[in-house]
Amino acid sequence: MSDEKKKTSVNDSDNPEVKAAAGETNDQYSLNDDRRVKVLSPGALVAKRFFRNRLAVTGLSVLIFMFIFSFLGGLVSPYGQKEIFYRNDVVDKEYASVVVNEEFRYMANDPSFSGLVQAKSYLAFTKGEESFVYNGVTYTVEKDADDLFAVLTNGSVIGFGYKDIVNIEADDIPENDFDFIYGALKAMVGEEKEFTALDRTFTVNGEGEVLEDGKQVAYISRFIVKSVFQDVTISKRFKEELEEALETNDKDFFFTEDDGVEYEYTITYDAYRKSYSVRQGKESQVIDKYSPPSKDHWLGTDGNGMDMLTRLMYGGRVSLIIGFIVVFIESFIGVIFGGISGYFGGWVDNLIMRVVDIFYCIPSTPLLIILGAMMDAYNVDPKIRMLYLMLILGFLGWPGVARLVRGQILSLREQEFMTATEAGGIRVSRRIFRHLIPNVIPQLIVTMTMGLGGTIITEATLSFLGLGVRFPFASWGNIINDVNNTFVLTTYLFIWIPAGVCLLATVLAFNLVGDGLRDAFDPKMKR
Amino acid sequence: MRKYIVKRVLISVVILFFVAFIIYALMRCLPTSYIESVARQRSMAPGSKSYEEWLAQLSAQYNMDKGIITGFFGWFWTFLKGDFGDSWKWTVPVIEKFNDVIWISFIMGAVSFFFELIIAIPLGVVAATHQNTRLDYSISVVALAGISFPTFFFASLLKLVFSVKLGWFDLYGLVGRNYNQLDTWGQILDKAHHLVLPIVTLVVISFGSLMRYTRTNMLEVLNADYIRTARAKGLSERKVIYHHAFRNTLIPIVTIVGGSLPGLFSGALITETLFGINGIGFVSYQSMVGGDIPFSMFYMVFLAVLTLLGNLLADILYAVVDPRVRIA
Repeated sequence: MSDEKKKTSVNDSDNPEVKAAAGETNDQYSLNDDRRVKVLSPGALVAKRFFRNRLAVTGLSVLIFMFIFSFLGGLVSPYGQKEIFYRNDVVDKEYASVVVNEEFRYMANDPSFSGLVQAKSYLAFTKGEESFVYNGVTYTVEKDADDLFAVLTNGSVIGFGYKDIVNIEADDIPENDFDFIYGALKAMVGEEKEFTALDRTFTVNGEGEVLEDGKQVAYISRFIVKSVFQDVTISKRFKEELEEALETNDKDFFFTEDDGVEYEYTITYDAYRKSYSVRQGKESQVIDKYSPPSKDHWLGTDGNGMDMLTRLMYGGRVSLIIGFIVVFIESFIGVIFGGISGYFGGWVDNLIMRVVDIFYCIPSTPLLIILGAMMDAYNVDPKIRMLYLMLILGFLGWPGVARLVRGQILSLREQEFMTATEAGGIRVSRRIFRHLIPNVIPQLIVTMTMGLGGTIITEATLSFLGLGVRFPFASWGNIINDVNNTFVLTTYLFIWIPAGVCLLATVLAFNLVGDGLRDAFDPKMKR
Repeated sequence: MRKYIVKRVLISVVILFFVAFIIYALMRCLPTSYIESVARQRSMAPGSKSYEEWLAQLSAQYNMDKGIITGFFGWFWTFLKGDFGDSWKWTVPVIEKFNDVIWISFIMGAVSFFFELIIAIPLGVVAATHQNTRLDYSISVVALAGISFPTFFFASLLKLVFSVKLGWFDLYGLVGRNYNQLDTWGQILDKAHHLVLPIVTLVVISFGSLMRYTRTNMLEVLNADYIRTARAKGLSERKVIYHHAFRNTLIPIVTIVGGSLPGLFSGALITETLFGINGIGFVSYQSMVGGDIPFSMFYMVFLAVLTLLGNLLADILYAVVDPRVRIA
């Protein structure tokens, strides 16, 4: 910078003619003509130095992006900060149970085939006896197969024991027609595949289907399907398909109800209870937690089913606003006390500096944690909490600014221009705030910029610990809070990495810009 | 010199007095129902004293029954006598718990401080001697990035990479699962192994400011007239930098390093909490969140003492190290 001629007169700098002339027609002017050089105001010089610093410009662009992202993003985003999303999820529900019938069942045609006779007949059947006597009546046991026997008296069948179940489908066959069922069962195991009942002829094929003229009217199987719900009756079609699935050992199958809705069913076998349980997959709405990034949610959703990207935008807004307000409060108090202290010196200075020392000594993190825990105990409204947070942070931060301002003013007030203001009889308050403070502003801006980064980190740390900004408000800190859950830390990177990157980028950008500003404000710095 | 030190110590004591008062006042501002609820909770415990007795005892312990000023003097006096009371959360005397946990914090602090020094100072010197080169920029950006990293984010990243993906370290805790089966050396190594990530976190988070401080001071020294003289004499650049410049840079560095020595005892609250290391930071965090007034107050006053001690040390060192500083 030193080789360039610096001129601080403002009158010429805005004249485009002069600027244009400066570049092209240098030789028209004499050597000591002011128009030979480009004239820049101090502000323009600072800006020029600042924009020459590539790091600072990078920082500035990151900041601009973050501001647009946070403040305009919330308006552009189609979702709200607190909007909860749902998704349809398949939940398995116990639907039916299937038992394989392993016990004999009995059917009677005659009242004499009572419970005791049934038991006796079963005993005789297992022992292989052909007949037994009960109450003076002789019953004959006729074995048709391992799981079917008939009991006769006087040559007529009065009842039979069976294991296979006959499920009647045709409407014109009564539910418990003795002849039909017995005929079907017997035909199933016997060599004769045809039987007559109800004056009609039926055939039974190898798959247990009972046919009449090639049309299925019933089927035989050993499965008993029961619904677990009282009010749900299981349709015959469902039973058939289920049994098919069971026979082929399928683990799951699909069934379309009469109304066209398809459900998925899973079948599990319980060896202890010797039964199958059928679970129906039913779609129901659940909160869309931790869903991975998709077209609808670019960064997925968080643990509350809220859109991550939107939360990130609103979080940035909260973090930035808190940062600005806190730094503003700090600087406001700090400038006033620092200014008074530096200007007056003496006992005022001593007093204020001791107060500053005291504030410096107060351990701020523990204090903030205790206050946060206290607000938890009081159940402070999240909005008011945020306000308190800003006030407390601002109130704890001012001593640094006060020290800086005081130091600057101590050296500035000895300079000639201050003697001039005194000689000119300017009011004290005017001297401080019009002549001294403006000279402190450059340093102040640098400190404030750096302080913004620091404040955002503090706020984020508190929110991370759950003691700062609280749900439902988002803040970058409380978004990352989810990593306390180890599963989120390891699995849901899209939850916490973006927030952390935003935080890091913003704070780094503030620091870079602050650094660049310091260099730009400091004329001693040579580039 | 002695007069100066005595004066500084006296001022520090006065400041400590006021800080203690603010802490006490803050505690008094806690809802009174809070002490009541603690008393109620304690009276519920089997075989405990009655609620009234507990309330009276707890109130008396902190002079809650007196006015705020007299109460403070009473409390401060017992505090000065070294009676810090019993911790509510840990149910042992505060000082006992403190003794249990302070050393691990100190070791962590000391090791990370050592690494900080051997990383930050050379880097700062290198950055200053290569001012405005690419090297300087990259060092500055790394240092700034370290400063800008929120502790919890960096720690989470470390955990993700080294604990989860690589599986080199445990996620939490100071000792491993089979700690009790190890011999003495094994136990020490186990603890050291668990301290690696926290220490890395601490170093990365905090080396930046020291590095920048070194760089600024080094630059200032390099612009001084005596450096120009040294160069004019025809000394080698090496000698100029390490013999003339660096020694003068050491003055502010020694001051700031000395000033931060007491801080080694203050514990790293966030880092310890994140890694679940039972140091003073984590223990006091739990105490503070759990409303353990005796421990929290002790910790806060302890921190204030450390800060004052640091300032005092820095000021004295400044006067001792720099022969140009004369104290009236």
